[in-house]
Amino acid sequence: MVAIPSRHKSLALLAGVILVQVLLLAVQIKRDSHGRLIRVWAVGAVSPVERGGNWGLGKIRGIWNHYFALQGTQRDNEALRAENDSLKLALAGLQGKAAEADRLAELLKFRKSQEKVPMLISRVIGASAGTASRTIEIDRGERDGIRRNFAVITPDGAVGKVIETFRDTAQVLLLTDKEGGAGAMILGSRMQHVVGGDGEPSLVMKYVPNDDSINVGEHVVTSGMDKIFPRDIPVGTVSEVKAGNPFKQIRVKPAARLDRLEEVIVLLSQEPLAFANDAASQNAPAVSAPANSSAATPSAPTVKP
Amino acid sequence: MNDTYELRGGESHIEVHKFYPGAILGITILALIFQAAVPVYIPRMEILDLPLLVTIYFGLSRRNPSTGLLLGMVIGLLQDSLSGPTVPLGLYGIAKTVIGYLASSIGSRLDTEHPAARFSLIMAFFVVHQAVIVLTRRLLLAQPEPWVNWALLIAAAVNAVVGVFLFLLFDRLRRNS
Repeated sequence: MVAIPSRHKSLALLAGVILVQVLLLAVQIKRDSHGRLIRVWAVGAVSPVERGGNWGLGKIRGIWNHYFALQGTQRDNEALRAENDSLKLALAGLQGKAAEADRLAELLKFRKSQEKVPMLISRVIGASAGTASRTIEIDRGERDGIRRNFAVITPDGAVGKVIETFRDTAQVLLLTDKEGGAGAMILGSRMQHVVGGDGEPSLVMKYVPNDDSINVGEHVVTSGMDKIFPRDIPVGTVSEVKAGNPFKQIRVKPAARLDRLEEVIVLLSQEPLAFANDAASQNAPAVSAPANSSAATPSAPTVKP
Repeated sequence: MNDTYELRGGESHIEVHKFYPGAILGITILALIFQAAVPVYIPRMEILDLPLLVTIYFGLSRRNPSTGLLLGMVIGLLQDSLSGPTVPLGLYGIAKTVIGYLASSIGSRLDTEHPAARFSLIMAFFVVHQAVIVLTRRLLLAQPEPWVNWALLIAAAVNAVVGVFLFLLFDRLRRNS
């Protein structure tokens, strides 16, 4: 038998191996099969390693991104902080506008409920420069028909009175000023007293004899006797009652938020108002007759907004 | 290079390299996994054909045509298996069988240790490998494929550069005879 040279052996092997693979290809084409078994084995052997590699790569990538590749983080952090600050400012501005819109809506609602009463809605543009007095400055003046001693209120209650007018602005003395005050009465008993300020945030009900029965929690409204405020505008709630000599010491928490006024209503007449939603109006007649109506109306033109 | 050649009486005897146990199997598996997994994360790495480089390297080192073509066949069939149903079993198998045979045949006749020789051989083998694939696709699968384009030449050059450095790494796995 003739021995086959080694070189020819490998050539024969090459031809055989290629032939087998060509047949394999031909079988796949003919039967439209894809050698599923071999693929399943191969993929089954490799996929766990791939999964492990994927897990390891994910870990390495996470460690790299979170602990090493941080050269831009400081810059990004500063940029984000700056953006955060500007967004906070914008948010504060929007919150302020939203609160202003709420207040104006409340004023408008109040204005609509008092259509027969001439009044002006005015914006507070300043406050007293010193702590000795409690006044505010509003953006309406003589040109708008505002005169001295006009009552100033909010939908919550009495605020004060106009003490000085200018062409386009006016100054308002708050009830809490030492010189401020209003004729008031206890809503339930209708006992009339004077309410004024002493420089503190709360009001003082003055000259109440010890014999008069006044309790904490009672509502105080304007009496109309001062010829400035119409009757039955909420002034506040009795917050403290102490016996004194010769008069009781009674403090009243103001109904209006006198420490944070931004918009107010200037009443151009002393016609009574109806505070429909107020506790005062729930216990008292909704609309009161004008007190001393002829004398109460200030001698100023009534300008409707 | 001295450890790979033995000069006896003026005739050059090219040394057949042996490797540490498991080196061929380990490198083959790693190359296949690399080829199957890395392009998922780095698509540009698709240009590399590590199974081909492994086939060429062990073909050139072992210098036994039978072993080379069988190793090429196994690597090629495994690459086919991992390439999805669009690649029929045998496409890479045939190409790598041919490359395994050629590499081991040439390795027994030429100096394949010098980086320049390796670069040239890898480029040539890459082009031949692609030519066999195109031929198989055209003749057996009736799939029209371009013979030569710039992408093929660039891929050949890239694989050759990577192969030169990779082969230096593989050389460290040789067992001194």
